[in-house]
Amino acid sequence: MTARAPLLRIEGLSKRFGGLTVTDDVWLDVLPGEIHAVIGPNGAGKTTLINEVSGALAPDAGRVLFDGLDITRLSMPRRVRAGLARTFQVTCVLPGFSALENVALAAQARDGSSFRFLRPAAGEARLNAAAREALEAVGLAGRAAVPAGALAHGEKRQLELAIALATRPRLLLLDEPLAGAGPEETERLIALLDRLRADYAILLVEHDMRAVFALADRISVLVYGRVVATGAPPEIRANPEVRAAYLGEDEA
Amino acid sequence: MREAAVPLVLFAALAAAPFAGFGEGYMLTLLARAMILGMAAVSLALLVGGAGLVSLGHAATLGVGAYAVVVLDANGLTDATAVVPVAVAAAALFALATGAVSLRTSGVHFIMITLAFGQMAFFTASSLAAYGGDDGYTLYARTGLAGTRILEDRLAFHYACLGLLGLAYLFCRAALAARFGRVLRAARENALRVRAVGFDPYPYRLLACVIAGAIGGLSGVLLANAAEFVAPSYLSWQRSGELLFMVILGGLGSLHGAILGALAYVLLEEWLSHLTEHWRMIFGPLLVLSVLFFRGGLAGLLAPRRR
Repeated sequence: MTARAPLLRIEGLSKRFGGLTVTDDVWLDVLPGEIHAVIGPNGAGKTTLINEVSGALAPDAGRVLFDGLDITRLSMPRRVRAGLARTFQVTCVLPGFSALENVALAAQARDGSSFRFLRPAAGEARLNAAAREALEAVGLAGRAAVPAGALAHGEKRQLELAIALATRPRLLLLDEPLAGAGPEETERLIALLDRLRADYAILLVEHDMRAVFALADRISVLVYGRVVATGAPPEIRANPEVRAAYLGEDEA
Repeated sequence: MREAAVPLVLFAALAAAPFAGFGEGYMLTLLARAMILGMAAVSLALLVGGAGLVSLGHAATLGVGAYAVVVLDANGLTDATAVVPVAVAAAALFALATGAVSLRTSGVHFIMITLAFGQMAFFTASSLAAYGGDDGYTLYARTGLAGTRILEDRLAFHYACLGLLGLAYLFCRAALAARFGRVLRAARENALRVRAVGFDPYPYRLLACVIAGAIGGLSGVLLANAAEFVAPSYLSWQRSGELLFMVILGGLGSLHGAILGALAYVLLEEWLSHLTEHWRMIFGPLLVLSVLFFRGGLAGLLAPRRR
């Protein structure tokens, strides 16, 4: 281990749905500036893990520490305000709002009180500027005025990232950011994630192995809710248990 | 600016109505009733159209406002400077208490729990023997204004209703466009998205309930004054349903739609009941057809066409 203290620490996290253990004593951390990818077969509990870290789901046991602070009992909105932003596997945007306003809402959450009743929010220059900046960062500046519901699938994924960035996070929890993206969109999104690594620590859940091995500093393999291996990409590629459980025939 | 055209024409028409053939006492009474219910419908539209909270107990806030007038009247307090703040505060408190509980639920459960609170208020009003119980309570006179009896004058009352309706409309409209309303509208579209950018929708929704309750209470004060009579029927769930219908008839997408809906409802009800004793046989199907074919409501019909 390096001297850097981890930004996110997951300690002994467990969650059961009835008789099914979906998170089984998971220990995992993300260092500042690191992309830590979590891979695993379908049903391994990757999204559940993201939900527990982001506050969408309460774990049965274990702790989540963010920057040394125990956030296990904090609500999702409070975790976001602490600097923990997430994206969703199934696109989660406001379809009736313009792309800009989707992002401006996130900027608004970081800009003082929202109990304001008289001034039109759509005209607030500071919020719009912050939103434009986030849209530019993900390469969506040209689509600012388009209703989010009318964006192409890949653009919606970019928009989700812009929304997350506008909350001014320190850690991004990305739940399959490439899901459903076409080949060209995938290239664009990988390049984008590669740019983001300079400013944010990232916990990345992803199915696209090429993306994972191109981006991740470390990879953890989740099988039936358990971390079976953690290591740098070459170690994971060489790990026989991982090959058997997951990589299997594609890598042969 | 074109979006402001319909509400501007609407308010101008209401202002001109007493001098454009609607000056008779009975027509003014009808218009006052439509504007008062329109104000209640605007406040309900803030909840339903703005925040996506379908309340089936909104008449209770009118009732609380109206009964506040009654209770104060029975105790000799009849000036607006005392009546209005007390009535509005009582209705807002009622909305705060019931909203705090109701908002723990969502969807159809929210509808049912607001209905239940509304019925609780209805039966409470029915049991107030000191204030007429089921029979209601006749006010000795209309609420005074700073020592004068100006509201007894039909024309003055007409403009008082219009002015307050205008203020309520402008405030709700501004609130929906402002930061507060943006959070509400966003939470209506996707509450998870709102939570994931760092907002807990609950306090925003609760405050929306309180604002709607306060405006509902104010329209209750006016309703009591318009009829100079208050009865438990003001709080019935049928009245809540009528208000909800006005909002939907007018169009969920806009607040002025609620005023159009209230006007259409009140005037149509009056007109049809003059035509035939069985007017409900016509009224009912008309309501069904309007919901089926005017999806954007009356406001949608009048809105400027887009590409």
